[in-house]
Amino acid sequence: MFSGFMVNAWEVASIVAVVAGVVGFFTVLRGSAFAAHAIPNGSFAGAAGASLVGVSTLLGLGVFALAGALGIGLLGRRGRHDVATALALVMMLGLGALFLGFSEEYAPAVYSLLFGEVLGISSNDVAPTAILGLLCILAIAVLYRPLMLSSILPEVGEAHGVSRFRMEMLFLTVLALATAMTVPVVGTLLIFSLMIGAPAAARSFTDSPPVAMALSVVFALLIVWIAIAASYETNYPIGFFVGTGSAVSYTLGRGWAAWRARREPVAHDIRPEPG
Amino acid sequence: MSHFLTPVFAPGFFQSEAVHIALGVGTLVAIATGTVGVFTVMRGQSFAGEAFGDIGTTGGSGAFLVGVGPLWGFVVGNLLAAAAMETIGIQRTRGRDLATGIVLGASIGLAALFLYLTTTEQSTTGATVTILFGSAFAIAGSTVPLILLLSLLVLGLILVLYRPLLLATVSPEMAAARGIPVRTIGILYLLALALAAALAAITIGSILGTALLVGPAASALRLTKRPLIAMLTAAGMGIGAMWLGVVLAYDSYEWPPVGHGWPVSFFVVTLVLVLYLLSGLPARRHRRGSDDPYSASPTLHAVPESR
Amino acid sequence: MSENILAVQSVDVRLSGRTILDQVSFDVAPGEFTGLIGSNGAGKTTLFRVILGLQSASAGDVLIAGRSRARGHQRVGFVPQKFLLDPDLPLRARDLVGLGLDAHRLGVPRPSRVRRALIEEMLEAVDAGRFADTRVGRLSGGEQQRILIAHALIARPRLLLLDEPLANLDLRSAHEVVALLAKITREQEIAVLISAHEINPLIGVMDRIVYLASGRAVSGTTDEVVRADVLSKLYGHHVDVLNVHGRVLIVAGAGEDTDLAGHEVAFPDTEIVS
Repeated sequence: MFSGFMVNAWEVASIVAVVAGVVGFFTVLRGSAFAAHAIPNGSFAGAAGASLVGVSTLLGLGVFALAGALGIGLLGRRGRHDVATALALVMMLGLGALFLGFSEEYAPAVYSLLFGEVLGISSNDVAPTAILGLLCILAIAVLYRPLMLSSILPEVGEAHGVSRFRMEMLFLTVLALATAMTVPVVGTLLIFSLMIGAPAAARSFTDSPPVAMALSVVFALLIVWIAIAASYETNYPIGFFVGTGSAVSYTLGRGWAAWRARREPVAHDIRPEPG
Repeated sequence: MSHFLTPVFAPGFFQSEAVHIALGVGTLVAIATGTVGVFTVMRGQSFAGEAFGDIGTTGGSGAFLVGVGPLWGFVVGNLLAAAAMETIGIQRTRGRDLATGIVLGASIGLAALFLYLTTTEQSTTGATVTILFGSAFAIAGSTVPLILLLSLLVLGLILVLYRPLLLATVSPEMAAARGIPVRTIGILYLLALALAAALAAITIGSILGTALLVGPAASALRLTKRPLIAMLTAAGMGIGAMWLGVVLAYDSYEWPPVGHGWPVSFFVVTLVLVLYLLSGLPARRHRRGSDDPYSASPTLHAVPESR
Repeated sequence: MSENILAVQSVDVRLSGRTILDQVSFDVAPGEFTGLIGSNGAGKTTLFRVILGLQSASAGDVLIAGRSRARGHQRVGFVPQKFLLDPDLPLRARDLVGLGLDAHRLGVPRPSRVRRALIEEMLEAVDAGRFADTRVGRLSGGEQQRILIAHALIARPRLLLLDEPLANLDLRSAHEVVALLAKITREQEIAVLISAHEINPLIGVMDRIVYLASGRAVSGTTDEVVRADVLSKLYGHHVDVLNVHGRVLIVAGAGEDTDLAGHEVAFPDTEIVS
């Protein structure tokens, strides 16, 4: 399983896992789960359109993802996402279905775009994925401190000159790039799962942000590696293992947190019971 | 007469049985989803449609695998999801809780597995597309009675529960004070929503179904301040979108690429979006020349939960 | 003597080790206007929720018209303190009032002249005719409150509960609402239990007062209850009652004094309690 074309799969998937872990950490921190779910919908249409036009899928994914991120960032100024956004995103899915319908490889193409297709990763994909991945990680590294501040205490950030809006736009851009590069591996419907499962689990084990981010990457790598191996052995789709893996790691995290809470006596009892 | 109609309705339209079924089913489903959708939007649960969509995908693909019609899968899957939502109280968490998202992710992963197994074990390649994007023209005639029954059930439930549900939506506290069983009503409403989502899934696909559930209702609510009229309007809009979608999809067999046809669900979803954008126009025009002293009043948003 | 419309009997409410209500007992006779006075956190809302059956008591019982609360819901008019009214909620003011008539009945309301007349009459009574057709969510707080009062009263309940209706109103509006309530409920012989943390807007109107402090209650007429000795015992420390031009000021006393157990206690500052 480690030779030949599978090498590409391992390499790309590993890069994807690292990026998902890092970007996912901030996604969970900022509560941007909606964006993480919405942007891939748009990319779906982009990828479908790209294959129709004959352009690289990654390009289509990236362009539409960025457009989606911009849209969400700008519309987000008005407050919570509204019905128009939801409908527009659903329309993107319909558009993607339309584009794919024009091509001949309809059903398999739909399936692999939605759920991922590890075997479809060629050696040509490794380089662009690595570059995009590196870009994402570099961006996060550069933005780390202002992004942390703006995510946790946005008003304090503003006082320090860190524009909340600019951080949001920058983060959404990185998120868009991250989702664009993860689609070929896990599919548009499951990126969300990988991107929040690993960080959500990591949170349960530590309170320190750098450690949480590192753990998040570790969990993401584990999930993806197990998923690839399992997919190779059983031929079942990798998306299935990623979805299940994310759920399992999240449950383990919660279980650990609950067990730890029971062992250590809780000194403070300040939270009021709801209702 | 046929010379006039041919540009609009491609030849064979009125004779095709598939078209009849699509129009009939579309009408029924539009009525059911429009009715429930009004309450869904009022209760601020638009996200629930997406949740049912994801879980419906699993149910539908599971049914396909087992050899049962996807409608059963959607219904059973959605009912189970509704039960889970009720237990966990997902209605109270607006949108995407982490746990919710992860469960939905796992369920989609499961759907991927089911679809894969369907494709390999039954060598049918159309499962993914049929389940996720629907195929209004491929609904079996034998399913129509069930669709009729479910639509009537949904419509009936909402109409019967109308008054107590309305008060419970405005204020669960006030409703409880009047002796209305708020929890029971909530469960029944959720059941109706689950069934309506299943109906939407069979018509335009599981991940596109939200559009029918939420779109026409949201549009109608912008146009009227009477819930009953909103339901009528929503149903009407849904019917309009479905019918026009069916006509366009049928005609599109003549469009490039010839012989292939564009999916019905694409048209329906686009039309629903257009209708929603159009429904925003009257308000905008009104606001420009508005001297309504009662517009934009701040309201208190903290509400003690009654459970 | 006709039976009391509301009988609260030794109600205890304990939550997470805290005692919120401690042996609270009082009665409300038919048509009586009763004020439930207490500062924030004294337990007023909890008491309301127990009376309405929204929360269960750890001990004690609540009887409405002689029937125990536990035996099923009875129709009591209720105006909550905070209400979530989305500005986009598709409900006109008159529709919300109409719901007060028959929200508990299944099905869709059938338009009838009688129904419409009742709604009009109620809207008149609360002076809401001007905005009857506006979406409820678009009305001001005071206007919404009037609609909620109309909603609660249209079904002719025998008991009307209002949870802190005066809390966010200026003094003049508070007096207006109290006058409105007193007028309507007197005409229709509806018993009223109205909670507030400010006693003065209600002083001229209340028949009886239930004073709640630290989960304990004392009930009686204003003269019987609003006295230094009674309130001191209730609060557990010295309290003075000042009467200024007919308005009452309840003030924690300064200087040395003894508390209930006979220990000497000194308070550094005068602190206005109510």
